[in-house]
Amino acid sequence: MAVAEQRVPVAGVEIRVEERPVEILPVKALPVVAAIVGCLVAAIGTNSHWALDFFHVAGGGVWTALDLFLGLLLGPILGSMALPGRIELTKKLMPKMVLIVPTLVTMTLASGFQLARYNGMLSTSYPQHAWVVASFAVVSVMAVIAIGLLEPANIAVLFELRKPEPNGAVIEKLMRRFIFTAGIIGMMQIATLVIMTWLASS
Amino acid sequence: MIGPEERAWADRTMPPVTALGMVAIAFVAGGVSFVAAYLPKHAPLGPPIACLVVSVAVLVAAVLLLAREREFAWRRFFQVAGWALLAYIVIAGMIEYAIVYDQTRGPVLAVMTLLLVTFTLTVPVLLGFTVARFQRTS
Repeated sequence: MAVAEQRVPVAGVEIRVEERPVEILPVKALPVVAAIVGCLVAAIGTNSHWALDFFHVAGGGVWTALDLFLGLLLGPILGSMALPGRIELTKKLMPKMVLIVPTLVTMTLASGFQLARYNGMLSTSYPQHAWVVASFAVVSVMAVIAIGLLEPANIAVLFELRKPEPNGAVIEKLMRRFIFTAGIIGMMQIATLVIMTWLASS
Repeated sequence: MIGPEERAWADRTMPPVTALGMVAIAFVAGGVSFVAAYLPKHAPLGPPIACLVVSVAVLVAAVLLLAREREFAWRRFFQVAGWALLAYIVIAGMIEYAIVYDQTRGPVLAVMTLLLVTFTLTVPVLLGFTVARFQRTS
């Protein structure tokens, strides 16, 4: 990979740093994602109850924890950091998010839908069907926020960071949007957890 | 420190493509949720068809508004939207396979497929727009 020159403002003085350009997609991690998706397809194809349960519970738990961590813990810390530090953290964090978040979302939703079919929870005759439909509504709202705001902000900030002179205002605006939406999705996932635990115990 | 010029560039006014795209996805999600709520029985098709029509209309409006923009990094838009389209064709293909695998047939399958196509076209527009709006054309 070529080495680029980037100008980063530090304490009002612009310094030039030689560094590798930001990677939009961490290609080295793609085999891991492919392996996870392969196992997920196998779990759905074989209707393995344990595997579907594992993907749904593990994926949902990690996804919720990650969003709450980003929105409620890392977000305020990031907001209080100086711009160069913020840019540095963003460069390291965001490429990983491009792969981690869609993988967790796919794991959780695909296995959850299949599990619901397998357990007969999708059927209109299921006594708690209204709660299942309520979970569809919550997931739909989360999907609209994630696809409309969070994911584009993630990609756009990486493109901005690849520029020889990144615009600090653009990075700040996009990161605020990313952290804010991650926090909202994390909160909505708590609603999903309430519905899911209610369904599991009823 | 962030200068006023940088701030002005970050805050410049653009057509509401993100908001319209989100509305389009919301109607797609509404249509799919409605059909899924009736599975394995067949859902009444009126509401999902209405969702499909509205989402397509909103997506077309977003694209038309964007097409009127002269100062816009179209090359970057098509670069990002193209790769995103490729990724979402794979995702949509997997979802379509799951729908067919679950014995969905006839008009319900047709409506679900069209909703999926609308979703697959909307996401690249949103991604391409958000990246390209912050790129300089010169």
